[in-house]
Amino acid sequence: MHEYPITKRIIEVAQEYAVKNGAKEVKQINLVVGDYSGYVASSIELYFDIIAEGSLCWHAKLNIERVQPKLKCSKCGELFVRKPFSFECPFCGGEGGPTDIGQEFYIKSIEV
Amino acid sequence: MSENKEIEIMQSVYDKNDEVAAQINASLTKDGIYAINVMGAPGAGKTSSLIQIIKRLENITPYVIEGDIEADFDTKTLQSLGVKAIQINTNGACHLDSPLIGDAVNKLGLSNGVLFIENIGNLVCPAEFVIGEHAKMLISQVTEGSDKPYKYPLAFEKADIILLNKCDLLPYIDFDEDFFMKGVRALNKTAPVIKISCKTGQGLDEVAAWIMEKVK
Repeated sequence: MHEYPITKRIIEVAQEYAVKNGAKEVKQINLVVGDYSGYVASSIELYFDIIAEGSLCWHAKLNIERVQPKLKCSKCGELFVRKPFSFECPFCGGEGGPTDIGQEFYIKSIEV
Repeated sequence: MSENKEIEIMQSVYDKNDEVAAQINASLTKDGIYAINVMGAPGAGKTSSLIQIIKRLENITPYVIEGDIEADFDTKTLQSLGVKAIQINTNGACHLDSPLIGDAVNKLGLSNGVLFIENIGNLVCPAEFVIGEHAKMLISQVTEGSDKPYKYPLAFEKADIILLNKCDLLPYIDFDEDFFMKGVRALNKTAPVIKISCKTGQGLDEVAAWIMEKVK
């Protein structure tokens, strides 16, 4: 449900840039999706073909680069992937805090 | 066969929502409105807490936008108490976004006061969308269990104030307060965490004081 409007927006943006560049067809869309962005990559893929039908993106390949969330240790400064139910740094035992890594959600580029 | 040409975009997919949210925020600020995005799981006591908080606000006009997938029970309850409230039904969508709020704000006609926007009962998606608010209030509850910051980190990370509701039930359930607070503080160093109970009134004066200080 939640991915439907956002997939529509991805296609809109891709089309806008394709038209601006005089292209007749979008061949690939390169998307970056963090695992904490709240969007499920496979759901976006599912909606993509349905929404893109008849648009410049109809036959485009959707490449999704997923980003694993990382915490930053407040003690040693290392970035790490957290274990379930823990924020503990695997390097020094300190405590990790949230970073922007893993919250990405943007269109990197399109190929026309 | 012509070669592919790559066009760099680097544009956030949230851009439209964020743009509208910024406009709403500016217009609310101009009208003297402090907007609070109220988030929490279904049954966390979001409406019950709002009723108790509103009762304790001194010389501040409260407004409420109620977000629900369906029905308008909460809006009717608030209206029966004399609160200016409006219902948004998303008909399936799991969170409120800023175009929905823009319409509701125009209908309510606001000036000088505090606007509570009660988001859809959900600990996930509401935290991802700004909707023009000045602050995010997260209502967690002891009956959810103490592991929620670890399972739903974004909601706790983004909150400006966290209420822990139903604290009158603490003697009867296994809620590990230290574990809960450790998780909250790993994600969020600054938000006050206030233990409340809508049954006994515990902590609610403190919440109202926090809001009155912000609105001032």
